[in-house]
Order: sequence, then structure tokens, then C-alpha cells
Amino acid sequence: MHFTINGRGVDADFDLRTSLLDLLRDHLGLTGSKKGCNQGACGACTVLVDGERINACLALAVQYDGRSITTVEGLADATGLSPLQAAFVEHDGFQCGYCTPGQLCSAMGMIDEVRRGVPSVVAADMADGDIVLDHDELRERMSGNLCRCGAYNGIVNAIADTFAAETHSKEPA
Amino acid sequence: MTPFAYDRAGSSADAIRLAQATAATHYLGGGTNLVDLMREGVATPDRLVDVTGLSAAIEPTPDGLRIDAAVRNTALASDPRVRRDYPLLARAIVAGASAQIRNMATVGGNLLQRTRCAYFYDDAAACNKRVPGAGCDAVDGFNRIHAILGASPACVATHPSDMAVAMAALNAVVTIDGPDGSRDVPLTDFHRLPGGTPEIETVLARGELITAVTLPPLGFGARSTYRKVRDRASYAFALVSVAAAVDVQGGTVADVRLALGGVAHKPWRAFAAEAALRGQPATAASFRAAAEAELADAVPLRDNGFKIELAKRTIVAVLEELTGEAA
Repeated sequence: MHFTINGRGVDADFDLRTSLLDLLRDHLGLTGSKKGCNQGACGACTVLVDGERINACLALAVQYDGRSITTVEGLADATGLSPLQAAFVEHDGFQCGYCTPGQLCSAMGMIDEVRRGVPSVVAADMADGDIVLDHDELRERMSGNLCRCGAYNGIVNAIADTFAAETHSKEPA
Repeated sequence: MTPFAYDRAGSSADAIRLAQATAATHYLGGGTNLVDLMREGVATPDRLVDVTGLSAAIEPTPDGLRIDAAVRNTALASDPRVRRDYPLLARAIVAGASAQIRNMATVGGNLLQRTRCAYFYDDAAACNKRVPGAGCDAVDGFNRIHAILGASPACVATHPSDMAVAMAALNAVVTIDGPDGSRDVPLTDFHRLPGGTPEIETVLARGELITAVTLPPLGFGARSTYRKVRDRASYAFALVSVAAAVDVQGGTVADVRLALGGVAHKPWRAFAAEAALRGQPATAASFRAAAEAELADAVPLRDNGFKIELAKRTIVAVLEELTGEAA
């Protein structure tokens, strides 16, 4: 089977029971993505598949044959941390750091969903396509990622700072 | 996890043919529930037929808006026609799970997800749904999240879907393809109450595949919502949920759709409440009377008696919210 992982082509051969998370961590040495609950409850395994965030622990790797996968290892480039990663450092968006790779990948998928107009349950009107990433929207959209250190305020601030353009209405006031 | 073979289906006919191979073949959607059940040893398929590559269109038909079974939950909630004409469905979907899971989960798989009863997942516990005839540890166990309507001595589990509750209110129709052809089943008849065979959860016969769900037009669908009451503000299963749409003409309830989640083995269409409401004034007193009618047969377990009053109050609150301008 063939995957594109963080921009590079990778061939892999594995037992069909292997999850995408175990493929990344145990077969390919990409241990940034974390195994917290291994049942889709904590979000520490969040990766991007063709730009969309998913729980790699609930994904059978075989289902993702041929797809493009981005892990936390793919967020930085040769020049250094991505703006979101730098903001996590700046705003103390973590203590132990175990949930951080999932938080980072999740936030990247989240902002793409906001820009595509994917609604969230806190919207007053489901038909309203102008999403303002305010405090409630941001927390709701990140609720699939738990942080047992309780660094949520720093996480929210880092994401809001990085994507400040999305925190204001695009409609003229 | 027990070993399995894997096939990727290119069409529904292909999937149905592939599924004939063994008696323990399962169709695989996003896997968000099935993979977990396989890891726990609750589900032991020997072959998976991946149906996520089948058509994933949402398109208008003479019968209503047809949603292919492979449509992902996120795509359905984002569809402008769903958000405009069936806002209760968009809201129900985004009230469920997390964004990551909604990106993976399909419409067909959402309907077929299994209960979140902890005894069902625990192979050290007795569960008639997991092992028919084994008994039920939930009946006299920790049953705060369990059913208050339509349960049986054999099983008090609830169906966990939010999406299906909204679809029940909308008179959605499930299209099923199988070895013997295609058939349509109303969503309200698709899931079964537990009775003496809680292991049989739907009307699907072996090898049958959900291929689409169609939402008939609902003129007053724009005035609809979904409210979910849960232990935390996000990413939790419902204790009680209410899907509702209401048509008020001159202060009177001309028509109404109501369904409840978190209370029964299936999405619970509140036919009694609807009948009690039609033609009545759109007032809190009418709403309360309708809620009382629906919950009249509710039976509490040791830990979940609170759900009866919670369901009544949530019905009233949702109807008040929807009729605030008209009442």
C-alpha cells in the first residue's frame, strides 16, 4: 500500500488490523501522534487526511491507502515552527505536551472547516454561513481534543491569536 | 482483534455480492464505532466490505432530498439545502460526537451504530445484546443513561445517534439494497425495540446494505431545532434529546413533529405528543400536556428516573423556543 505522509511517498505493508495511528507510530516511526484512549474519546491521535482532521486510532490504515496524511511532524518546515506551533509556545498552550500534537492538527483542520463554512452546534442559525470564531465557537469546535493538564485557556488563546482574521465577522457592521 | 479479509466495493451491487462470501461479513463505513467494537472483541467480522467509496451525493428527487449512505456526517450538516430546509437535522449532526468523528462517520454507519451501554462493551458482564440469553447486568446495575421507554426485561440499552432522531421526526425513508432487490423502510420502522431479541437491532436482513436516506419535503421544516441535554457541554452522548418542528397558524398548532433521543432502544418518534398537540393553542400548558402524554408509559430504572421529568421539560422548552414569535 502507498501513502503520502507529510508530503513524501511511503510504501507500507502491514497486518490489516493495523490502525492508521499504529502504522504511523510503530511502522513508520512518526511518534508525534499520540495514543491516549485508543477509542476516539481524547483526540491525541488527530491527524489530517487530505486536509481533514480524523482520529487515527479509529481508522483502519488499509482504508486510507492512497491518501495524503499530515501529522504534527509535517506542520513545521525548514524555517522553523509553524505560526500555530509558535503561538502554542507563546501562550503556554500545554504543560506535559501529550495532547499537543493532536491539538495542533485538530486546530489546522478546524480552521479549514470554518473557512469552508461547516456549521457548529453553537450557531444561533444553522443557515447562517458567516462563522465568527468567537470563544464559544472555538471551544466547541475543539471539544474533540482533551487536555488533562487543563491548558485550555492557553490553547484557545494560541488558536485565536493565530487565526485572528476568523475571529471577526466578515459582514460589514 | 480477530483477523479479517478486506474488500473495497466499487458499487452497491459489488458490495452486496462481496458480502455474500461469509456469514460474518460486515460492511465498513467510517469505522468510528465498528473498529472500536472489533478491538473490544464485541464485533468479530471475518470480512469487511468497505463501502465508503460508493456514491456520496445529496440530490433532490421527486420524493425529497436523497442522501447517499456514504455521505459523511460533516458533509450532510454542511449542505446548504439541509441547513435551510431541515435545520433540526444539521443541528442534530453537529450536536453529535466530535468534528474528527463527524469527518469520518457516514450516514449509513450512523444509523447502524451500536448502543453505548457499558455492559455491552464489557465482556466480563452479562449482556443479551452481545451474547443472546446471557442476561442483562444493566437492569439492576448502573443504569443512569439507560432507556425509560420501550425497554424490555432483556435489554434497557439506548440508541446513541443524534442524526437518527432528527430523521425520525422528518419521516425519513431508508433505502435498502440486498441480494433480493431494493426496498424502502420508514426510518421510524428501521430500528427495533429490544423485546426478547435485543441482538436484532434493525430490520436489515443478512447482506442488506443501506444505500440512501430520503427526506420528504416539510413545509414548516425551517422552524425546527434539536436540543441535546448531556453531562457536559460538548462531545457527550445525550441523556435526553428532542428534535422538533412546528407549524403555528393563528396561535394554534397546525402541525408538529417531535422525536426523542437517549430514551429508548431506537430513535423515539413522539406520536402521542404530536396527536395531543395538533389543533391545540401554542401555549406552555398545551406543550406540557403533550409531554405528559408521551411520557405516560415511561418506566424508570434505579438510576434514570430523572430522565422522565427531564424529557418533559426539554419538550416544553424546545416548543417554547420554536413558537416564541408565534405564540
